[in-house]
Amino acid sequence: MSTDLEKDARPGAGDGAADGPTPLLELRDLHVYYGAIGALKGVSLTVPEGQVVALLGANGAGKSTTLKAASGMLQPRSGEVLLRGERVDGIKSHELVRFGIGHVPEGRRVFARMTVLENLKMGAYRLRRPDPADLERVFTLFPRLADRRKQVAGTLSGGEQQMLAIGRALMGKPELLLLDEPSMGLAPLIVQQIFEILKEINEQGTTLLLVEQNASQALQLADYGYVLETGAVVMSDRAPALLSDPRVRAAYLGEAVE
Amino acid sequence: MTAGVTAGKTPSAARLRKQSWYQQPRYRRLFAMVITAVVMAQVTGVQGARNDLFYALEENFTGTGIWIWLGIFLAIWAVREFLHGWLRGFVDRFKELAAAPSDAAARKDPPPSGVPGLVRRAADGSRAVRGLFRTHRGYQLGGMAALLGLLILLPLMVSTFWQQVMVDQIGMFLLIAIGLNVVVGWAGMLDLGFIAFFAIGAYSAAFWTGGLPVEPPVELNNFLVIPVAVLTCLIAGVLLGAPTLRLRGDYLAIVTLGFHEIVYLTAKNWTEFTGGTRGASSDRFSIDLGFWSYEWGLDPAPYYWLQLAFIVGVLFLFLRLEHSRVGRAWTAIREDEVAAASTGVDTVRFKLLAFAIGASTSGIAGVIYASKLGFINSEMFLVLLSVLALSYVVFGGMGSIPGVLLGTAILVWLPEYLRDSVDPQDRYMYLGGLLVVMMIYRPQGLWPSRRRQRELRMSQEGTGAADALGAQPGGAQA
Ligand SMILES: Nc1ncnc2c1ncn2[C@@H]1O[C@H](COP(=O)(O)OP(=O)(O)OP(=O)(O)O)[C@@H](O)[C@H]1O
Ligand SMILES: [Mg+2]
Repeated sequence: MSTDLEKDARPGAGDGAADGPTPLLELRDLHVYYGAIGALKGVSLTVPEGQVVALLGANGAGKSTTLKAASGMLQPRSGEVLLRGERVDGIKSHELVRFGIGHVPEGRRVFARMTVLENLKMGAYRLRRPDPADLERVFTLFPRLADRRKQVAGTLSGGEQQMLAIGRALMGKPELLLLDEPSMGLAPLIVQQIFEILKEINEQGTTLLLVEQNASQALQLADYGYVLETGAVVMSDRAPALLSDPRVRAAYLGEAVE
Repeated sequence: MTAGVTAGKTPSAARLRKQSWYQQPRYRRLFAMVITAVVMAQVTGVQGARNDLFYALEENFTGTGIWIWLGIFLAIWAVREFLHGWLRGFVDRFKELAAAPSDAAARKDPPPSGVPGLVRRAADGSRAVRGLFRTHRGYQLGGMAALLGLLILLPLMVSTFWQQVMVDQIGMFLLIAIGLNVVVGWAGMLDLGFIAFFAIGAYSAAFWTGGLPVEPPVELNNFLVIPVAVLTCLIAGVLLGAPTLRLRGDYLAIVTLGFHEIVYLTAKNWTEFTGGTRGASSDRFSIDLGFWSYEWGLDPAPYYWLQLAFIVGVLFLFLRLEHSRVGRAWTAIREDEVAAASTGVDTVRFKLLAFAIGASTSGIAGVIYASKLGFINSEMFLVLLSVLALSYVVFGGMGSIPGVLLGTAILVWLPEYLRDSVDPQDRYMYLGGLLVVMMIYRPQGLWPSRRRQRELRMSQEGTGAADALGAQPGGAQA
């Protein structure tokens, strides 16, 4: 398997992240189409267990599409999705939840007319009965949700809804959490908070694959990063290296090219 | 730019500002009251005559009826206009007295004497009773047992005509509405062809009891037909459901409507099998246990009790469903199918399940119906009935079992009741009027479930779709 990767000259399949044992999640040469339009043209990336991997890219680069393909919401036309070395592409998203993949979709998608508590209980749907310890954990991570457990989710502020969306995914005891722009539309202070909590979640043992526009925050949290452009990985490296790369700094951190 | 320049182009704010009913000039409300009185006089007055177009108008506006109605509505107007403040104060005072701290025992000050004391004591009492019913299972069960007892005795207190209505119409539609509520109220799928399954149930009864022109492989007792009919309807429900589950809202409604039309036309035109419009017969219910046998005959009361038993049985099963994992999955699907799938809900399976459960309930109703009448023909299963069934569910309150029961009972009862008081031809006009008024002023239904009420309120405030039935973005995603 590792030989396979080494033969692949694509930047996304490079060294760094892919060392050691079988990675938790691996995407190999994914091609995804919306009708006739190709959104992903051969994306490969690796998410090692216990790490945080960031996926950066401009609007429309295919970041959300990549996550949807990984969580089974979209079927790739070709390519493979491997979870612990086992092929899982072609498994429906509701089944894939049982394999320990939690997806916090773009735009939060909380159940707007259920209460916070009902949302969290829905998150534990695959477990038949919500684990009180999980509920406790979510409420410790997000004390704001604890105060508002009876509030209807649609009336929460944007930041609170994002917390709820993350909390709901955690209730299903995921080993791998796919997060699509958790900082979207949030005030800098809340973004800071969310990232601190994500760090804590990762330290508690959950692997994260993080799509972000907020490149500096994402790369500070991440171990490894990929940059996507029009459906293909154009750059990938360890997060600190990416963070200091002039091209990344110019394109995603808004720094002028000298 | 000066204010004068823009004023010419911007419309006047005063004209655009929406005024509530009670901010408008008083004469408009007076006018509305007079119109209402005129309408009421005409509606409650004598009926029209075939050869004189204006007979009813002349009669009603020269008689005393119009004056009585005018008096009533002018009095209402006068009270609301001139005594409103005074009434408000009175009501507020009453509420203030009644709204005491929630646990009466903890309150130190003794209730005041006289009328205020009485009010407070009455409020305490009713709160205590409500508390008992809410918290003590025993009282809940007791209340239900009392209600059931009343329902069991009900046919003994009414005329045969009403017994027939209760069995042939109310009871039948109650069972249908309970099933339809699963599909529409819980799973949020708009079904306009529900009576098709009822027809399938009815024809199953006729077929398996040897009433159709074709011979069944074995003749079954009517009770044994029920599981067979349930199975048939389950298969039909899945056959209809499987290809249509990707559809939502209006699209699904059209497909189910088409399905009903197919079933109806098959029943009507495949005369060698169904008997078409001339009809077919069906056996009646009977039990033969060897040592004891009973046969349901022409008397409606025994059917009533049988039907009641079925309804209670189905309710017993369904009430558990509502708060189970299945019920929660349906709620999530109604809310957001993609999010539901991402929490692990198999959306396809649960939508199919709702379809199948609903269909089989409708099928049971069909078997009972055919076995009661002993005769069926294709004209009993018009598409109109599907529309009516849906309106019963919506009227009562989608997703709320008590609401659906109450709404159905009222709406089925009303046209029968009106038989004596208005021109029988016009009965459904009043039903239509009631539905229109109800949907404008109380769209959540008579006795809405708390969840539906919240969903409706929030959609008015801009969160979520206007109702569970509307096409939702992402509804057809994988
Ligand atoms: N359902 C769809 N049908 C057709 N095209 C789609 C669909 N979803 C996405 N696309 C297209 O695929 C491309 C990638 O979309 P994607 O949502 O993955 O972008 P993204 O990287 O997440 O962008 P953003 O940062 O704006 O969220 C875009 O060009 C988009 O227009
Ligand atoms: Mg995106």
